Order: sequence, then C-alpha cells, then structure tokens
Amino acid sequence: MAEFITDLSGHSFLRYALLTGVLASIACGIVGTYVVTRRITSVAGAIAHSILGGMGGARYCQVVLGWTWFDPLVGAVAAALVSAVIIAWVRIAAQEREDTVIGAVWAIGMAAGLLFIFRTPGYNEDLMSYLFGSILMVSPEDLWLIGGLDALVVGTGLLFYNKLLAVCFDEEFARIRGLRVDLYHILLLCLTALTVVLLVTVVGIVMVIALLTLPAAIASQLSRKLWHMMVLSSLLTLVFTTGGMAVSYGPDLPAGATIILIAGACYITTLLAVRVSGKVRA
Amino acid sequence: MDGSQTPVVEFDRVSFAYDGNLVLEDASFTVHEGDFFSLVGPNGGGKTTMLRLILGLIKARSGTVRVFGTSPERARSRIGYMPQKTALDPLFPVSVKDVVLMGRLGSLSAMGFYSREDRVCAEQALDMVEMRDFMHRPFSSLSGGQSQRVLLARALAVKPDLLILDEPTSNVDVVVENELYELLKRLNDSMTIMLVTHDLGFVSRYVKNVACVNRRLVTHPTCDISGEMISAVYGSDMHMIRHDAVTGRGDRHG
Repeated sequence: MAEFITDLSGHSFLRYALLTGVLASIACGIVGTYVVTRRITSVAGAIAHSILGGMGGARYCQVVLGWTWFDPLVGAVAAALVSAVIIAWVRIAAQEREDTVIGAVWAIGMAAGLLFIFRTPGYNEDLMSYLFGSILMVSPEDLWLIGGLDALVVGTGLLFYNKLLAVCFDEEFARIRGLRVDLYHILLLCLTALTVVLLVTVVGIVMVIALLTLPAAIASQLSRKLWHMMVLSSLLTLVFTTGGMAVSYGPDLPAGATIILIAGACYITTLLAVRVSGKVRA
Repeated sequence: MDGSQTPVVEFDRVSFAYDGNLVLEDASFTVHEGDFFSLVGPNGGGKTTMLRLILGLIKARSGTVRVFGTSPERARSRIGYMPQKTALDPLFPVSVKDVVLMGRLGSLSAMGFYSREDRVCAEQALDMVEMRDFMHRPFSSLSGGQSQRVLLARALAVKPDLLILDEPTSNVDVVVENELYELLKRLNDSMTIMLVTHDLGFVSRYVKNVACVNRRLVTHPTCDISGEMISAVYGSDMHMIRHDAVTGRGDRHG
C-alpha cells in the first residue's frame, strides 16, 4: 500500500492506471445503475465476452496483416456495439428468444476471439490481459480513447436520465406516454457496451459483470433515488478500483481479481448488514 | 347520460389471439363520454387484452378498435393509465414525485427536462389523491393503498380525458378500496373512466355500465347484473353477495 503511494510519483504507468480507474468508475456508476434496475446483467455479460472476438480480431489484423491503426481497444468497441445492437434488435423483434441470443453472442464472441489469438504469432500474454485485465499496461494513447468514451457515456447517460428512468421503471407506461422505448433500449445497450469496454481494461472480460453490478447493487440498498444510486456506485467503484490497485501492488497480485474480491466482500457485508438492521427495526 | 353520446372507445367485431389461442372473439361495444365502465370476468378471460388493445400495445387480429374516433396510438396522449402495481419492481429507487412526473413524459422537452408546469401538474395530481405529503418519500416505502394512489396520480398527471385502470383494488383492504372508488366517482365528473376488475359485486355500486368478458363479451347497465348473467359468463352458478347501500342505484344512468 505504502509502496504504491511512493511509486506513484516515479512511475507514469501507475498514474495512467489510476486515471483509468477514475474515468471508468464514473461511467460504471451511471450505467451500472441502469443495468441493475433494468435487470440486464446477462446482456452486459454477453457483450463483455463478445469483446474477445473484437480484441482478438484487431490484434490479428495488427500483427498478421500489418494494420497498425487497428488497436484492440477499437476492436473491442466495434464488437461490443455490434453485440448490443443484435441483442436489442432480438428483444424488439421477438421477445421470447432473447436469452438464447444472449448465450449465442456470449459464446460466439469468445470462440472467434480464441481462434484469432491462436492464429496470431507471439506470446499468449494478450489473451491473459484481455481476459483478466491489464490496467498497469494502459498507454497514454489508450487513455485518450478511454477519456473520450467516458465523456460520451457519462454525457449521454445523464442527458437522457428522465427518459431512461421511465423506461427502467415502467416500460409499458413510458411507451403509452409516447416515448420511443425501443430506441432508448438500444441506446441503453450501446451505453452498456461502451462502459463494458472501459471496464475490460480495468478488470478484464471475465470479471466485468461484477464491477458493473456489485457497486450498483450495494448502492441500491442505500439509495432512495436513481441519481443517488449513480453517485454512490461511482464512488464505490472508485474506492474498489483504487483500493484494489493499491493493495495488489506491493505483493504483486493481479489487480483485477483483487478489485473484484474487495467489491464482493463489501457487497456481502452490505447485504448482511441490511438484513441484520432490518431485523432490529422489525 | 345527458348530452354524452360521444363515443370514446369503440370495439367493432374485435378478435385477438395469443399464439393461436383465441382470447377475445368478435367483441363489439362502445364506451361513451362520461361513462364509468367496468370490464369484469374471470382471469384469462380477455380483460387485460382489451385494455392493451385500447392502449395500442397490441393489435387486433380482426375488427377495429377506435379511441376518441382515431387509432389507439394517436389517442394515447389523452389516456391516463394505471397498471397493476405487481408489474413493477418493488425495490426500484425512485421518489413518489418522480413517479408522478412520469405522467408528464409526453411533454418532456427535447433536452429531457421537466418544465415548471410539469412539476405543478404532478403536485396537483398528488393533491387529488391526497398524497402530497409523501412527495419526497421513496416509492418503495409506501403501503399497497398508498402506492395505488401514487400510480393513480401518475395517470392523472397526464390530464387525461379517459382514465383506464387495471385491477385498481388488488392487494388493498376494503377501507382503501372504498376510498379509491369514492375518489374515482368524483373524478368521473370530469373524465370517462374504464376499469378492469374481478370484483363484480363491489364495483356495481359505483359503475354505470359493465361488460362481462370471457372470450366473448356481454354488455349490461349495472342494474341488470343478475345471477343468470354471471353464470352465463363464468360458466357456473356463483353466489352473488348483495352489499348494503345498493339503494339509490335507480337514479344512476343505465
């Protein structure tokens, strides 16, 4: 912990990592709140895993085809948005098949990614960093892209607050009031897709859902309004990512896993505390 | 009904099927302006399907549904709708005022903010259901009767010409039920009301017309509710409980 703080001034990669955590936390709190209240965690899971296809494909293009501009992060954004639109479209066109499509997108994305990585010469370190996160390897160029995505997600998420609140609370009523619910559903899934990309750099594909939903789930226990929940879960995500990085740095533990375990411990503690205090009150 | 023959809801030989199962067959009826109209019938008999047709959430397989003389989609802006509370997430973090403001979604600015007028509207709607004191409370903390009132306020914030309620008295006790119907009776002076219920005996004290739906539809003025009619719709003899205060029904229109 102390080592992390002293090294912070000397190593720029630590400062980039910290800044990535801060940026990702804001988007995570806002979009995680929508995801939890609209109950689309599994959609977020499918989008997250499909990202491997995009990242693997982009890396393959870079190494084998020499397309140096095709950064894995760009591939991730493309794959996430495509998956989001596919899943949203299926819900709108044929509601009853949504969960099948979620499973298909999830697995097909993973399979495509694995094949690309298998055919890309070099170390398989790529795969590990995509799956489990590589926050300490964020470059200044990545940081610009991350900052841009963050601004886009936060801006859109807040601008459409009233409409998204209505859609999450009571979709049918929103539709009757003339809101284009399908359009807002697509928008919400695209915001989820971009947020998932931001979080993948922090904790990796496998653990994204936890970081997206646990802070929001904790916050929902303590919030009376949706925007309270957003602020609180952003702060919690910030604490978890920064704390996880600081704790894991000294003993050289994987940062992503440490972040998730801290978040998970807080989630369970909150549930127990709420249960106990509820009993006392009753 | 004095000078109120303007049709608000018209069904002309409407049929609807879910996955090949006919839930509504050849239904024709008209609800006129100023009516207090109840749809009764057994669960799965097609009541909610009819509401969804009026709201334009589903389309009739055959026949036509017209609301205020136009298509349900176009008429939506004049309809206030109160769904069953059970359809909502009981833990959702939202304040009472924000729920009622959703009634103003139709007039939301392009920037997505509610105007001062919208807020005034929402507060007036809360006044009408006597829930203004609860404005800043979380919706999740309310009792069954209180949240029904808030959902009614949300429908009223629309400033509707037609108020549609789906099982407004499910999960509330008799006292709350009484209060709710008294409130609806007052509101009926300024708007047409249509509701769905399975509680036929109780509703007959307040409503002016009843349609019984069990795939097919039979319309009656309230004073005609009889044992034969109930058994025709429900398919078996049911006990009809006479409540007190049935007197005075004669001066109701029918």
